[in-house]
Amino acid sequence: MTSENQLDPHSEITLRVNGKPHTLLVDHRRVLLDLLREDLDLTGSKKGCDHGQCGACTVLVGGRRLNSCLVLAVTLDGGEVTTIEGLIGDGEEPHPLQQAFLDRDAFQCGYCTPGQICSAVGMIAEAAAGHPSHVTDPAAPSGRPVPLDRPEIRERLSGNLCRCGAYPRIVEAVEDVIR
Amino acid sequence: MKALGYLRPGSVQEAVEAFAAHPGARYLAGGTNLVDLMKLGVESPAVLIDIGRLPLNTVEELPDGTLRAGATLRNSDLAAHPLVRDRYPVLSQALLAGASGQLRNAATTGGNLLQRTRCPYFQDLDKPCNKREPGSGCGALQGVHRDHAVFGHSVHCIATNPSDLAVALAALDARVELYGTEGTRCIPAADFHRLPGEHPERDTEIRPGELITGVLLPAAAAGVPSAYRKARDRASYAFALASVAVVLHVADGVVDRIALAFGGLAHRPWRAHHTETALLGAAATPAAFEGAVALELERAEPLRDNTYKVPLARNLALDVLNRLTPTPATL
Repeated sequence: MTSENQLDPHSEITLRVNGKPHTLLVDHRRVLLDLLREDLDLTGSKKGCDHGQCGACTVLVGGRRLNSCLVLAVTLDGGEVTTIEGLIGDGEEPHPLQQAFLDRDAFQCGYCTPGQICSAVGMIAEAAAGHPSHVTDPAAPSGRPVPLDRPEIRERLSGNLCRCGAYPRIVEAVEDVIR
Repeated sequence: MKALGYLRPGSVQEAVEAFAAHPGARYLAGGTNLVDLMKLGVESPAVLIDIGRLPLNTVEELPDGTLRAGATLRNSDLAAHPLVRDRYPVLSQALLAGASGQLRNAATTGGNLLQRTRCPYFQDLDKPCNKREPGSGCGALQGVHRDHAVFGHSVHCIATNPSDLAVALAALDARVELYGTEGTRCIPAADFHRLPGEHPERDTEIRPGELITGVLLPAAAAGVPSAYRKARDRASYAFALASVAVVLHVADGVVDRIALAFGGLAHRPWRAHHTETALLGAAATPAAFEGAVALELERAEPLRDNTYKVPLARNLALDVLNRLTPTPATL
């Protein structure tokens, strides 16, 4: 067995980010958020609290929303990440949620917005897959899509703080897209 | 954070062997608490053993009807699983009352049970804390302790356990399945977490190097009406000030099955045995509930600034007990 001081503090990983493959030598302490912002220059994902309490760093990993500040990059080796920059895809048109945020003026300073939008993309998919929330009626049948009314949207996006207080318009923007 | 070795074993056996070779290591799965504690400097392992990809991410029904929920299942998947929602609603509700959608997508069954207290003195290296640094004292005892324990605390530690999942498991009489160098063993979920006593640095009964492989949900509790209710400082995304998990069956107006556990009140889920004993076989009436809940809560020992927790816990318990009691029309 190797002793602790012989373990390499770095690993080479492959990561597909917004459709593009990357091979990176990462320090094991590197969290996904810092890798995106500092190594790949994808600065759309924001560092708010850096402790999983604000949601500004939310990205999609394998299609599921996560706080990228709490995920060590090495654990994602071979995985697939989508950030706010990747939501547009190949086209020029913004993602429907991005357009809805613009139409509804669903931000003031905009710092939480990339996290809000990535979180909303993940949240809509979760509800469609039948995932309940804290406000879902416990008697609702399991395994069926959960309709997203306002209380559902608010609860499911509660992991994304907006210190400007744009919540009413964020909810309206999400409603525009799911309608 | 200091430089880190990283290992990703391919099996539970390899994981346990990796720990034996690196005794200062920590197992890593979702990382939602451990990575945070590493950033704070509370945890500084030399080696991480990544168990997040081990094949422990299923819900399976055993021949005797026990439901086995794997240790690396993400909280969101466990909460959404149809068998869990249908048979053990209290478990699904407890998970959904915790954290945020993002965190539940990462956090695992095993990690949820092993998360550390959110006591601010524990998380601040500049403050004394017997849990973080045995013998340094407890800053919360005479400090800011509005969120702290009212049951089972000691002069060494007044922290509470933050897990919602653990409270539901305690009320369900679930068991925690562990694997170590000496093989597999199970501990009742209600006994998995410890009271602080003189050793608050030990949160649970787990032995060094042991790995949680899953939790076992008993067939006897399947389908019994159950619910979780949690009070917190904001409507969502906050730890419990107090919470309650109740499993209650009433037949012909009489309680014939009752389990009640409080969260947010102690260093571990607090089973209200005095309430349960008083209610078993009693008429399921609001007055009986009130008397029985009082029997437990009159034993509480609140601190200077958290006396509010006692009536809060009472109101939560009475609400859920009454809600789970069938009205005459539905008997």
